[in-house]
Amino acid sequence: MKAPSIKALEAGPRTREAVDAFFANHSFPIVEGHSITFVWRGDAEAVHLKHWVFGLPSSQQLARVDKTEVWYLTLQLPPSSRVEYKLEVVRNGHGEWMQDPLNQNTARDPFGGNSVAHGTGYEIPTWIHEDKSAAKGHRDEIWIDSKTFGRRGFGLYIPSRFQRSRYYPLLIVHDGHDYLRYASMGNVLDNMIDRLEFADAIVVFTSSPDRLHEYADDERHARFLTEELVPYVERLFPLDAQPQSRCLMGASFGAVAALSTASRYPGFYGRLLLQSGSFAFTDIGDRNHRGPLFDPVVAFMNRFRAEPAPVSERVFVSCGMYESLIYENRSLVPLLLSTGMDVRYVEARDGHNWENWRDRLREGLSWLMPGPFLHVYE
Amino acid sequence: MTSTVVLLGPQGTAPDIGDALAEHGIRGPVALVRAGYQEREAEDAAMVATLGVPAVNLTLHARSVSVFREDGEFTAAYQARQHRLRHIQTFYRVRLDKIDDAARTVSVRYVEPELLEQEEKVSVDQFRHIDADHVDRCNALRAMFDTRWRPAQRPLIAKHHDEIRAILETCDALVIAGGHVASLLNRLQLFDVLGLAADKPVFGWSAGAMVLTDRIVLFHDFPPYGSDIAQVLDSGLGLAPGIVVLPDPRRRVNYKATLGIQRFARRMAPATCVAMDPGARVVFENGSIVRAVGARLTTSGQVDQDWDGSPSRFSSPFLRGVPL
Repeated sequence: MKAPSIKALEAGPRTREAVDAFFANHSFPIVEGHSITFVWRGDAEAVHLKHWVFGLPSSQQLARVDKTEVWYLTLQLPPSSRVEYKLEVVRNGHGEWMQDPLNQNTARDPFGGNSVAHGTGYEIPTWIHEDKSAAKGHRDEIWIDSKTFGRRGFGLYIPSRFQRSRYYPLLIVHDGHDYLRYASMGNVLDNMIDRLEFADAIVVFTSSPDRLHEYADDERHARFLTEELVPYVERLFPLDAQPQSRCLMGASFGAVAALSTASRYPGFYGRLLLQSGSFAFTDIGDRNHRGPLFDPVVAFMNRFRAEPAPVSERVFVSCGMYESLIYENRSLVPLLLSTGMDVRYVEARDGHNWENWRDRLREGLSWLMPGPFLHVYE
Repeated sequence: MTSTVVLLGPQGTAPDIGDALAEHGIRGPVALVRAGYQEREAEDAAMVATLGVPAVNLTLHARSVSVFREDGEFTAAYQARQHRLRHIQTFYRVRLDKIDDAARTVSVRYVEPELLEQEEKVSVDQFRHIDADHVDRCNALRAMFDTRWRPAQRPLIAKHHDEIRAILETCDALVIAGGHVASLLNRLQLFDVLGLAADKPVFGWSAGAMVLTDRIVLFHDFPPYGSDIAQVLDSGLGLAPGIVVLPDPRRRVNYKATLGIQRFARRMAPATCVAMDPGARVVFENGSIVRAVGARLTTSGQVDQDWDGSPSRFSSPFLRGVPL
């Protein structure tokens, strides 16, 4: 498949001026209808597209426009897709991974950053940006001396309209500092609360120094949250101590931690927001292809799948269509529904990344803990 | 019975409450209710300026805060009632979803159109039944609370009643602003403001108009979580009977959803569903509409933008409230 823009370049004189004009007249990658063309310019032995779209080869070679230094690869990209990628440029037999120098759209994560391709119709949500007219919540870091884990710090968000005379719901965010850094969660909370879409809530951002173990159905983690952290925050703030006013959320292993904690304390957390959960399971045997780190997750999920229970009341599940966990998440939804819990499931044409999780926050948070927008008529 | 009741649309950029007061000959001070603004109740300067007459803020929200702070026994019981009402609302909402699911499932079956039309009536009847049941349960819970706790006889509340009555006696009208509709309804009930206002003219907009009707309906076709179904919150105060007020419809109602409008209007019948944009107005005298400017959602799924207050006419016995 060759994109019209590449065909036009090939049909032309292929002079330096023509190539310069090609680059001056396009933004990159080039999106034409439902196709996307990745382009790199320079001298190399080979150029590869590296991405994490499950179902496509993770490395694909770019072709060279003959007699130029222009490399290209055209792929089908369904509308509203969002794809993170890098380019690998091979010189002297050595491949170097880099962000696309022609693309200003980038996303950060704990491992660095990627270039981002937006398919037709994808728009960065407006509600993730700072709105100067929106009242800002107060952010803080506090510490707890935990019997389970020793001294731990966590982030805190206090809504701008906070008053001691009112009672507030509590939202606990696994990998909370990453949600703040990579998913714009501070702006999202400010904007949603200001627009009455999310409840005025106390939000606690937890982080773990050993998340792959503590989040993998670790009894200590559930006990820490439920028997130490929540009571501690309840002593600090006027919280509405009802299941309907407690929400656990997380992504990837953080979603496992949220579901497994709720399962260990059924009825305590009435709201769950589970994003791209690493809900690995087996239908036979007890080892999953994902490796030993997943063994406790598999054991937990297999138990949950054998006897699904209404451990919470309302559960929002989201997952990207382009991530390998889509199968596990799709499989989870009917199980959750079978328990009588209220479940909402959303898929996006995106991968296992922070901006996918960011883009689903408004829908999930407003459904789980809506602000008063439905009650306010001014 | 209050003789004149005037309902208005939102008062955002082009307020017309001043015109409405003037047209009804209100020259003297008015009593202003801003309890729907909760903690921002006292920030009333800009709003008072739009009235064109002097105003006294009844500070119902602040009064309720003082009651809740000082009368611990009553407050505990009141909060328990509110918790129960919220749970009832949630369960009603779950059942609504299931009825909506069933209605949609039935509506896409490949059978005779006449049978589908009959089934649609069954679906609407189920909505109507659960709506009515919800209102009954809310009313019963409130009545039980009032019987047990007799708010008007609590010394602190009685003191506020006396103060509010004294203010109202010096005012020519009662003006109820919008805001949080449940908060507003609860404060108006707690201090029996309409009872104390006796037959003075009452003006209300947005949430302030909703609470004056006999049924309050929460609605938003474009919620942040995608879609939602309208739900009855509670009984209103009943001064403006027979209509369902839908403020700010251009932002909240999907006018393109013909089937949705049709089902909603049928569900609320025989009440008239009035969409109230800025500039809309409905005037009641002695409990009947005497004139109106607004839009009406019809049982055929249309939006009648030139509704003048004429009552809705229903050819079907079902829509006249007669059981099938």
